[in-house]
Formats: sequence, structure tokens, C-alpha cells
Amino acid sequence: MTTTSAHRPPDVLPQARDLQQPSLSRTALAGLAVVVLLVTSGLFAVTDLAGRAGFVVVATLLYVAAQTAVSRVVEGGRRSVDRLVTTAVIASFLIALAPLISVLLYTAEQGLTRFDWDFFYRSLRSIGARDPGGGANHAIVGTLQQVGLATLMSVPLGLLVAIYIVEYGRGRLAATIRFFVDVMTGIPSIVAGLFVLSFWILGLGFGYSGFAAALALTVLMLPVIVRSAEEMLKLVPNDLREASLALGVPRWRTILSIVLPTALPGVVTGIMLAVARVMGETAPVLLTAFGTASIVRSPFEGPQSSLPLFIYQEAASPQGTAISRAWTAALTLILVIMVLNLLARLVTRRSTLKK
Amino acid sequence: MSLGSLPPVTTDPASARPGAPDQPVPSLPRTAGRTAERRGDRAFRGLSLSAGLSLLGIILAIAVFLVVKAIPALQDNTASFLTDRVWDPNNAQPAFGIVALAFGTVLSSVLALLMALPVALGVALFISHVAPRRLAGVLGYVIDLLAAVPSVVYGLWGIFFLNDKVVVASAFLHEHAGWFPLFGGDDIFGRSIFLASIVLAIMILPIIASLSREVFLQVPVSQQEAALALGATRWEMIRTAVLPFGKPGVIGATMLGLGRALGETIAVAIVLSPAFVVSLDILSTNSGNTIAANVALGFAEASSTGRGALIASGLVLFAITLVVNVIARAIIYRRREFAGAL
Repeated sequence: MTTTSAHRPPDVLPQARDLQQPSLSRTALAGLAVVVLLVTSGLFAVTDLAGRAGFVVVATLLYVAAQTAVSRVVEGGRRSVDRLVTTAVIASFLIALAPLISVLLYTAEQGLTRFDWDFFYRSLRSIGARDPGGGANHAIVGTLQQVGLATLMSVPLGLLVAIYIVEYGRGRLAATIRFFVDVMTGIPSIVAGLFVLSFWILGLGFGYSGFAAALALTVLMLPVIVRSAEEMLKLVPNDLREASLALGVPRWRTILSIVLPTALPGVVTGIMLAVARVMGETAPVLLTAFGTASIVRSPFEGPQSSLPLFIYQEAASPQGTAISRAWTAALTLILVIMVLNLLARLVTRRSTLKK
Repeated sequence: MSLGSLPPVTTDPASARPGAPDQPVPSLPRTAGRTAERRGDRAFRGLSLSAGLSLLGIILAIAVFLVVKAIPALQDNTASFLTDRVWDPNNAQPAFGIVALAFGTVLSSVLALLMALPVALGVALFISHVAPRRLAGVLGYVIDLLAAVPSVVYGLWGIFFLNDKVVVASAFLHEHAGWFPLFGGDDIFGRSIFLASIVLAIMILPIIASLSREVFLQVPVSQQEAALALGATRWEMIRTAVLPFGKPGVIGATMLGLGRALGETIAVAIVLSPAFVVSLDILSTNSGNTIAANVALGFAEASSTGRGALIASGLVLFAITLVVNVIARAIIYRRREFAGAL
């Protein structure tokens, strides 16, 4: 009732401890997990539930339910929803990881049985599906030639397009080209194959060949290279261009000797990723190079094979020997692509340009 | 730092400095060197412009050549291309229609999207907002590796490893939820549309995840901190600040994933047991086929008309994916800040 009471701290001032919301400790959550595991094991022992995958699913669902319930009681509704979402987010990451690990392990396991000298030094010439031995030398030669030719064609063209967009392009035309580069990245690979089939093979009358496959791969590589080169050229500081121009260097020489070298590591990364991408393409190669069992040294003479095509055609056989050749080719392909990806990442690290 | 975008280069030094003393610029070796410079510039500019135009030309040529090579087969077709559910183009009386293939293509892709989208969003949020900062880059790279595995390897894995497991799951679903329209049907022996769409989902997941992740990472920190300062939990912050900001980007990424699923060929060709039917029984063997897979499967033994028919179906696929991609890009382009990331 006195006037001083307003200035005095009220007797019911909450302790600091009370201000903190109660929260579940890690120990409590771990305990909960143990309880859930025990309960699930009990369930699997008593009922007719069975199987490892089933156990994981049931245990996870039970744990999520239990955690949400306990958290709701102890921490309140909002915090329990937060926990539920966090668990779901972590779970989705693990779900996404599962097929990657499974594919890699299974391919390694199946592929190692034929990962031998013969596989890399022999072809499938006069080797039937049931015959042991035989190899993918012809397919490896084909892949290298087709991807190499596609790179030779798409890199200069792609770099020029990127240079046009970044260095010269103004207004609607540049915007249109940029837009269609993006649209082109979405063209299905089979459509690229059908295009080369109707244009080069049926239209102009050239036969199936490694070069035709390279044309189809070029259509697929081009937009990827343009996009990555464009990003990298944009990162080059304008100061560099201005300094060079101020010294009287013509614009084209500025681009070739200042801008491109500065952007080079990023551009190389983009090229390597594009190579890694088209190296695994099967459908366009099937429609344009068709495939063969022999080593064809020239990409301009008749049907050629490629590693992905080799996998596809060997896997179509019901024979185990052919299928294990397919797995070894798959393992080889994955290894090459992973190495390319890793190298691309290392090259980026050396770049001085950062986003 | 930088002076903004560069003005077009002016090679005339007098116009560059309007306020400069009114004396003639000392004549530099201008004639020979200067014109060579100009010529070099003009040539290089012309070269890069023609490269850009040739890219537009390629896209145009794809449409033109597919149409030209499809027309003869379409003229020989004894069935209606747009409405009949039959695919027999190698016959003396060629008969083929796109309906069953287009239906299978869209059905498998939409199912794949339904499976991939929630997981991909979870992965994107995990890497952008939940995982420890130092690990986030590496974990993102690991998920990107999913996109590096060639589709033919997914096909191989799908048919030799996944198929058996999907048969078990399919039988379970059919037994316990057979009343649901998608889970009806008989002949649950694998190689179904369900298996194909699971494989497709795995293949488009990294695309949607990595694009969504980039978008989520661009949400202004100030907005996220404001939400947290108001007492929001992490989920409430994500719901109120991150998701609304990222929505157009996520929609664009989803459309790109859909485009990829629609055009995926070899994995589907390997895992699917093809049938020219319009059926919702996704668990059944012989539950459908897709345009792209049909091209790969039918190409080797196609007659001249048969090839034309496959090209015609490819034209339909090209048109569908073009529309999907243009819509996706248009959505992304409306939000300029995403355009760089995607």
C-alpha cells in the first residue's frame, strides 16, 4: 500500500531458472532412443513383423512419435513441432544418402569380379554373351573419341557464346540467347539423339558413327559450358577490363589475354563437369553410334560403341557373364566420372575468383 | 569497387574528355594500328555474335528436323496419332498413337516428383539451415554426387538390386491398401511403373535439392534473425522467412526436375517392362511405357516408318519438355536474384 512498494522488487520476482523453458537434454533423448529400440525389438519378437528394413522403419517412426509426445509435454507444442521438423529434415538427408551408398557399394561389389586386364585390353569381337572373358576396350576407345570430339566442338563455341552474353550482349537479343541457353539445358538427351539421327544420318545420309554421337553430345554439352563460363566471366572484376582498355589494349585482346585467363580455373571446372555429364549418356549414343562389338579406331567409319552403351547392351543379355561385364563397365564409368568431379572441385579451389 | 557495367568502348579519345583543354590530341600512331584494332574488335564481336545465333539455330533446327522426318511416318499412319493406344509402326499397315506413351511418361514423372520433392526440400533445408556450417559444403557435394551417377548405372541397379525390394513393398501395399486406385491391379511381379518412378525420383532428387539449397542460402540473414529475435523456433523461422522467400525458386527447381524426369530414357528403358496401356495400376508388371524409353527400346528393330514414328514421339516429348522448361525458367527469371544461382 505504500508508495515505496512500487520501487521495491516484487516478492514474486521469478528466479532465473524459472525463466528458462524446460528442455530435453541429449541424455534424455538418448534414453528415449534406447527405450524405443527395446520396445521395437520386443514388438518384432512377439508379433510376425520381420526384416531389417522393417525394423529401421518401425523404430524410426516410434522414436519420432515418442519424441514428439514427450517434447510436447515437457517443452510445449511449438518446441515439439520444431523437434519433429528437425528430425524429419535429418531423416530426409539420410533417405537421400541411402541410394547413393547402395548404388556405389553394389556397383563396386558386382563390378570387381571382372575388373581385370582382359576387360581393358580386349573387345567383344567374337565373344558371345555366354563366353567368359572379353572386354570393353572398344567401348573405352569409343567413349574417349566421342567425348573428346564433342569437347573440341562445344568448348570454343560455348566460350564464344558466353563471351557474347557477358562482354558484348546488350538488350533483347542477348537476353533471348541467355534464356534459350537455359532452355537448352533441359532438352532431353534422347531428343538430342533423335535430332542428330534425323539431321545427320537420315537427312544428310551419313551412317552411324562415333562422330554422329559426338554431334549429339555437343548439343548436350554446349549449354552447360555456356552457363558455367558465363558465371565465371561475370565474376572477373571490371577494374581489370578497365585497366587493360585504359592502356590502349583493344577490347578483343583484353578479353582473350586478361578476362579469359582470369576466369580460366572456373571455366575449366565447368568443362570438366560437362565432360563428366555427357560421358554417362547412353540414349543419344545408341541412336547415333549404334554400337558394335569390335574396336573401331576411327570415329568417322561406321558404328562405334561407348562405355554406357556397352553397359546397356550387355545388361540386356540374360547371361551372367555378360551382366558382370556390364557391372565392371559401370564401375569403370563411375570411377572416371567421380575422378573428373573431384578434379573439377580441386581446380575451383585454386581459383582466385569467389562468388 | 568496380565502376558498374562498362560502357561500350569508344576508340576516339577526344570524346572521352569533354572538359579537356582544347588542344589537339598528340597524334598517336593512329592510322594503321587503330584500324587493325577496330577490325579485330569487329571480327571478334561478329564471331561471338554468330556463335550466339548458332545456338538459337540449333534449337530451331531440332524442331525443324524432327518435324520433317516425322511427317512421312505420320502420313503413313493408319491409326490416329493423337488418340489411339497402339504402337505398331513396323507393320505393313503402320499404326501408332502417342496416348499410352504420353500417359505413362507423365504418370511416372509426376509420381517421381511426389516422392522426390519432400525429400529434396528436407535435404535442402538440412544443408542450408540444420547441418553444422563446416560440414554443409561437403554434405551438399555428397548429394550432388547422386547427379553424377550415369542413368544407365541407375538402370542397372534398379533392375538387379531394387526390383526385388520394390516387389516386396508393392505386394505389401497391394495387400493392405489395394482399395487405393493406384495400388490395384494384378501381376505384381516387378518392373512396374512404380519401380521406374522410384528410380526417376532418385535421379531428380539432387537437381531439386541443390537448386532449392541455393535459393534457401540467399534468404536475407536479417529476415531470419528478425524472426529468431521475435522468439520463433527454427521451424517457425523457416516457415515464416525462408520458405516464402524461396517459394518461386523451389517451384522453378521442381519444374526443372519434372522436365528431367519426363525426358529420362535409359534407366526407365532398363527397369520397365513395356506395355502400351493407359492404366493407373502402377504396381503391376506391364503397367505402361514412356516416350523416351520406347525410343530406346524400339530403335534397333525399327523400320523406316518405325524410325519416323519414334521421331514423331520424340517431337511430342520435345514439345512437352520445352513447355515445362520455359515455364520453369520464366518463374525463376521473375525473381532476378535467383537467376544467378540456378
